[in-house]
Amino acid sequence: MAKGTQGGFWQRLMAIDRRVIFLAVGIAVSAPFFLPISPKIHITPEVESLYNALKELPAGSKVLFPFDYDPPSAPELQPMAVAAITYCLENDLKMVIMGLWPQGPQQANLALASVIEGEVGDVITYNGKTFKYGIDWVNLGFQEGREFVIQRMGSSFAAAFPRDYRGTPVDELDLMRGVTNFNNVDFVFSLSSGYPGTIEWVQLAGDRFHARIGAGNTAVQAPMVYPYYRAGQLTGILGGMKGAAEFEVLVGVKGGFGTRAMLSQTFSHAIIIFFIIVGNIAFFVGGRPSRLKGTEEV
Amino acid sequence: MNIRLPAIIVLIISAVLFALSWNSYGLAVTLGAFFTLGIFSFLYKDNPFYKFCESVFVGVSAGYWFVQLYYQNLLAKLIDTLGTASFGWIWIAYLLAGIFGFMMLMRLAPKIGWISRWPLAVIVGATAGLWFITYLQSNAMRQLENTIMPIQVFTGGVLDWYQTIGNIVVAFGTVTGVVYFFFSKEHKGAFGGAAKIGIWFLMITFGASFGYTVMSRMSLLIGRVDFLFSDWLRLVQ
Repeated sequence: MAKGTQGGFWQRLMAIDRRVIFLAVGIAVSAPFFLPISPKIHITPEVESLYNALKELPAGSKVLFPFDYDPPSAPELQPMAVAAITYCLENDLKMVIMGLWPQGPQQANLALASVIEGEVGDVITYNGKTFKYGIDWVNLGFQEGREFVIQRMGSSFAAAFPRDYRGTPVDELDLMRGVTNFNNVDFVFSLSSGYPGTIEWVQLAGDRFHARIGAGNTAVQAPMVYPYYRAGQLTGILGGMKGAAEFEVLVGVKGGFGTRAMLSQTFSHAIIIFFIIVGNIAFFVGGRPSRLKGTEEV
Repeated sequence: MNIRLPAIIVLIISAVLFALSWNSYGLAVTLGAFFTLGIFSFLYKDNPFYKFCESVFVGVSAGYWFVQLYYQNLLAKLIDTLGTASFGWIWIAYLLAGIFGFMMLMRLAPKIGWISRWPLAVIVGATAGLWFITYLQSNAMRQLENTIMPIQVFTGGVLDWYQTIGNIVVAFGTVTGVVYFFFSKEHKGAFGGAAKIGIWFLMITFGASFGYTVMSRMSLLIGRVDFLFSDWLRLVQ
């Protein structure tokens, strides 16, 4: 094949319509939903570490769940929430739900609704066991104030959350009667997609008030949170959908969204890597397309 | 009118599909599907459906946040407190905060915009003071402490190669990364070489971060596709 022809082919490849790439990514994401296979999910140390930290909690321990995210981050964080709530219900851990993001507590209710049998009410049923609101779990709702809410919770939960999301005074909730500050919760499971979120929980609840913290984060946020894990400020991290899938495997959630989505995630990554490699080969073999060269003259 | 036949056919099919969907799955799911597809349509090219969906999203978001801020901040924190709390230091503190908040709005009037600098100065000063210790403790001291670690790690009397190499990479990467940001000495010779290696560490870090960002964006796409296939079209369970 003549060099000129080669250059022409690669240059045409460089100038490929971007919609072809969108279509390829779309097919890579959609097709796996109809394939009866699932990839093997390897458990990473940071996910295992968080799971082990939860396993150390005896029945009756109180887990604080800050739901610091909103619906756009649900594909990544909701599977983590579902798996974490499942674990708590299976192992009789008490859940104190709250949010520094307005939609967070609603996401918690959605996650709870997807785990239990029936609807979320005063009494919920899971695996034949019943759990009562105010005794086994509470939802304190959203509180404005960002990291200052965490700071205030360090001295008094009731001052930061005088009422739960239903308007019931916190003092009237059995579960909250013994909870004054972070000394009275056994674990903080931060589910976060940005600010305020895991970083603020580590800095204030963790480093200042010595709470044990584990985190589930969006993949965008995960690289910013990893240094805290390395330094021992976090017990573990669930990073993005992959972290969610690993956690689902450990908890034993059957057919969880994180696990189901892993094949789509794998295929889409493969197609992106393929385009990156082909694009680079085309760039170096075929040279820069005239369209790009022209921009230098402007 | 310059409307092409394929566009009309697509429009009619879409209308029928959405009407059937509304009838079968309800308004919420149908609207969700409509807006999802409307936003995705931009991938083909800019079009009126995309513009409509984008405008609705922007409008709904602005409205939502306005209501949220009013009810959670202004009403719950300021107006209710001033109305119910008895006169005292706390009442005065809330009133002052309210006055500062009002002063912030002076930015909207160019002639008296300078007034907004006063509350801004309070916010900057208070935030810097509050966060200084926190960042020093969490982001400086604890991270530094974690960088000081043994170069050789032994587990049960046997050299742990995985940990050892990891620790060497962390120590080497930290030192060379810091060298790159040291601008008081010209980056030449061994110092320049270390700075270049530092750049490589930084680039690898940025690459990993970008990789995570791609994974995150793909997750969002997967979430939407799952919604379309599971909740709307009911093709998968």
